[in-house]
Amino acid sequence: MKKVYAKEEVCVGCRLCEVHCIVAHSEYPNDIIKAFKKGNRPVARVLVEENKPVSFALQCRHCEDAPCTKSCITGAMQRNSETGIVYNQEERCVGCWTCILACPFGAIRRDESGKKAASKCDLCSSNDEVPACVANCPNEALSFEER
Amino acid sequence: MNYVIIGNSAAAIGAVEGIRQVDREGRITIVSDEKYHTYSRPLISYWLAGKVSEDKMVYRKDNFYEVNSVTPILGVKAVKIDFTGKKVELADGTNLPFDKLLVAAGGKPIVPPMDGLDKKGIYSFIKFDDVKEIKDALSVGKNKAVVIGAGLIGLKAAEALNKAGVAVTVVELANRILPAILDEEAGVMVQDYLEKNGVKFVLNNTVSKVLGEAEVSGVVLQNGTKLDCDMLIVAIGVNPNIALVKETEVQVNRGIVVNEKMETSVYGIYAAGDVSEGFDIVYGTNRVLPLLPNAYMQGEIAGRNMAGAEEVFAGGLAMNAIGFGDLPMLTAGIIKPDSDQFEVLSEADTANKCYRKVILKDGSVVGYICLNKVDRAGIMTGLIKEKVDVSAFKDKLLNPDFGYIDFPKEFRKSRLSGGAE
Amino acid sequence: MNFNMAVPEFLIERKKERCIDCKVCITQCANECHSFDIDEGRVVSDETACVNCQRCVVFCPTRALSVVNNPQQYKNNANWTAFDINTIYKQAATGGILLTGMGTDRNYPIYWDHLLLNASQVTNPSIDPLREPMELKTFLGRKPEKLVVKDGKLAEKLPPQLELEVPIMFSAMSFGSISLNAHKSLARAAEEVGTFYNTGEGGLHRDLYGYGNNTIVQVASGRFGVHQEYLNAGKAIEIKIGQGAKPGIGGHLPGEKVGLEVSLTRMIPQGSDAISPAPHHDIYSIEDLRQLIFSLKEATNYEKPVSVKIAAVHNVAAIASGIARAGADIIAIDGFKGGTGATPLRTRDSVGIPVELALAAVDSRLREEGIRNQVSLVVGGTVRNSSDIVKAIALGADAVYIATSALLALGCHLCQKCYTGKCNWGIATQNPNLIKRLNPDIGAKRAANLLKAWAHEIKELLGGMGINALESLRGNRLMLRGIGLSQKELEILGVVHAGE
Repeated sequence: MKKVYAKEEVCVGCRLCEVHCIVAHSEYPNDIIKAFKKGNRPVARVLVEENKPVSFALQCRHCEDAPCTKSCITGAMQRNSETGIVYNQEERCVGCWTCILACPFGAIRRDESGKKAASKCDLCSSNDEVPACVANCPNEALSFEER
Repeated sequence: MNYVIIGNSAAAIGAVEGIRQVDREGRITIVSDEKYHTYSRPLISYWLAGKVSEDKMVYRKDNFYEVNSVTPILGVKAVKIDFTGKKVELADGTNLPFDKLLVAAGGKPIVPPMDGLDKKGIYSFIKFDDVKEIKDALSVGKNKAVVIGAGLIGLKAAEALNKAGVAVTVVELANRILPAILDEEAGVMVQDYLEKNGVKFVLNNTVSKVLGEAEVSGVVLQNGTKLDCDMLIVAIGVNPNIALVKETEVQVNRGIVVNEKMETSVYGIYAAGDVSEGFDIVYGTNRVLPLLPNAYMQGEIAGRNMAGAEEVFAGGLAMNAIGFGDLPMLTAGIIKPDSDQFEVLSEADTANKCYRKVILKDGSVVGYICLNKVDRAGIMTGLIKEKVDVSAFKDKLLNPDFGYIDFPKEFRKSRLSGGAE
Repeated sequence: MNFNMAVPEFLIERKKERCIDCKVCITQCANECHSFDIDEGRVVSDETACVNCQRCVVFCPTRALSVVNNPQQYKNNANWTAFDINTIYKQAATGGILLTGMGTDRNYPIYWDHLLLNASQVTNPSIDPLREPMELKTFLGRKPEKLVVKDGKLAEKLPPQLELEVPIMFSAMSFGSISLNAHKSLARAAEEVGTFYNTGEGGLHRDLYGYGNNTIVQVASGRFGVHQEYLNAGKAIEIKIGQGAKPGIGGHLPGEKVGLEVSLTRMIPQGSDAISPAPHHDIYSIEDLRQLIFSLKEATNYEKPVSVKIAAVHNVAAIASGIARAGADIIAIDGFKGGTGATPLRTRDSVGIPVELALAAVDSRLREEGIRNQVSLVVGGTVRNSSDIVKAIALGADAVYIATSALLALGCHLCQKCYTGKCNWGIATQNPNLIKRLNPDIGAKRAANLLKAWAHEIKELLGGMGINALESLRGNRLMLRGIGLSQKELEILGVVHAGE
């Protein structure tokens, strides 16, 4: 499946991926200013790790044998067997953080902006296009590809 | 192919999904003595606390059985396994033939011997029906509870009852709360937090006698202290529910003995979840690990193998995520080593209830406790599972921001180029 | 004393209603102009250190930022501009010479803009380059007096030539003054388009030997990174005598920029200043130059053309004649507006002459002396677009060198602070935090795009003139007319005024 891969050699640590992830998953996906200034601002589902000069964005690897889905106590965390996308049904999530305990990539985050729920990359699946983080990376440090 | 699964919780559901990854055709029958559509056991405390409605209790969606072509037989107990005839006998007299059988009967609550256990008002905290009974009790005005056991179940029960306005006292035999997942230092922080929220604790003690006429009116502790209460929650833990295979040809230890394929000593009969003794990566031996993630993973492997795959259960490990209010904690593996073969790193910020402890052995992480700052702790779970030599970045493990940035570049790149195996 | 008498040159304006406190600006400013104010709970800016590189402006996802000239700097004074005053404050504070980067920004005439091209109307047909073949191929190198053809083939071997698909090359910028990623970008673009980039005086990094077929290696007064393998690595060798941004002086790469990679490439100790002397200490005459030219030819088996690069100075025509006679195959003339990584401000802004005049003078002189065929002429120093190139060719150039344009393609915003090593666009820096900012994949694509776009435009302009091969335009000054020029300027340029 197509996944997001980071090229740390050219990541400039600007965190625009985080900004645009927040926008894409906010109540105002087409208005960056409103996304940040109005309503609940979700946490970014992509995380930039940085220890200068190294930096890179990291998000869910959409594991085939995803430990988070197996560990989920409510069944909210699922993998779509057709698309391969691991996604969290936030309305069913109770925020127990067992998925955070299980994820070897540290790619799941606590989102307590609204209802307490685990937040993770869904590859912007609602858009069915290149994920927002990749599309908005100014230095092509993120790619969306099949490997 | 006829698959029969005894049980309807995580291991059973894991098995269904495991079977269906390999075999779309075979008949699957699930038998459970509980009448409910598969539900999440850990959610019962959430339900009691009013955080989750009944329709959100389901572990898989309403159409799960249909989508996976499963025949559920719910509310009927499996009473006997006929090994030669390859049948499961149910309480209503029907016989279910099977080619492959999974025993995923779960655990049953441990109730220690004490006087007065026959009274009304004594509850377990394992099943949906348990909390439904408790809720009924609350609705008739009961408001003073003693919880025996300050483990995961006991404290989630205590928290839920506390939130429901019940005065709760937790009695724990060990010297600290959550003895299986926290050390003394973290235990004190969490205890302090719960006490500030109104839960009372009695440590190094347990209930020796239940007082009351027909109904519970109080308890007497080992040291003679008397506590008034109108509800008693027994939450010491669970033992494998081995009734069905006890004194049969299925080899049983504390739980059902299984091989690396989750198959019991009898060909074609598998066991998974709280009832079984699967492999523990950290201890390097088979043992009972009554935890939901472990149950699902064992069940899934059992299911795949029942359907003809040849897969090995890589092993589970003790790992727990629990939280009270805004105080989360994640722990895994060995959290309180008992010998000097281990190296212990720790950092505590008592004022902010932040605690991080990492236990190493032979250069690898074997356990950790993260209190409050829990983000990304799963990275360490991964390191435990894969027995990664962490010598190169050991000094970074206590950093709350510990992440892939701290890994050597090549190791990081190889990990990020794929997903978890 | 830290007190600075100068008022900030720029203002950073942050539109509060647009700023979302995402902190992207903080991450991008190497001068630390932006910071998060914990007490105020928002991002704030301080323009004191701002160099107006526009990095934050471009990166701001809500376009909340703008950097503008500080409108009210000093009391208006027609004689004393803010620029003049600031330089005095700076020197009074430091006692040092003023450094700057890139080419001069002073208001000197741009002769390209006073030259107009011809087009065909009625009496001769123009050519549509989309329908008919159009030749931009250019060969640089010494051409023989005459060609002897025998049995349909050349009877004598031609001197070595550089073959260019477009008449545009990337001029010398050293690894050290610019980043390895910048070099990689230019090398790949040159390879893709079929032209050359120039190593500059800093040697050739190991990773770039693979681009040798599109490389010109430079030998300068410091002789950094020069060895046998290096000389043979490229397709041509260029002896750098001078450059337009700093004629008459050498170069100075501060030790901070000499990290491990630069040190290995230049063959000097890590952290040591790399000082290129003002002259080549083995070249005090045309005869000396001839010795070096032939030493290099000898070292490379006479297989590579040798270029000599000089700054455009007053008697450039006579010097060029000498260089041709010294045996050079190519003469590169760098106009006084050419850029650099670091130069004394006063040198940059007041030494040398415009390349347009130098080119015309040199071409005329070599023609007069009957030796124009012995060398190819390459000019650089503010070639800003394709029409500048066409005009240069018509004035007599064989090809042009571009550097500032190339860096702009890579993202340079002309803040002129290359010498600080803090290039926010990741070009003129060796800082490991900053060099990542230039992704060579993107850089190569953009630099190649620029050359391709310009090649298209050159073909359009040629077609308009009814010319189907660049060769036919070379030195054809009849295709040029001057506008707004004095009689003397027209005379030097060798063109007549528009209307004549």
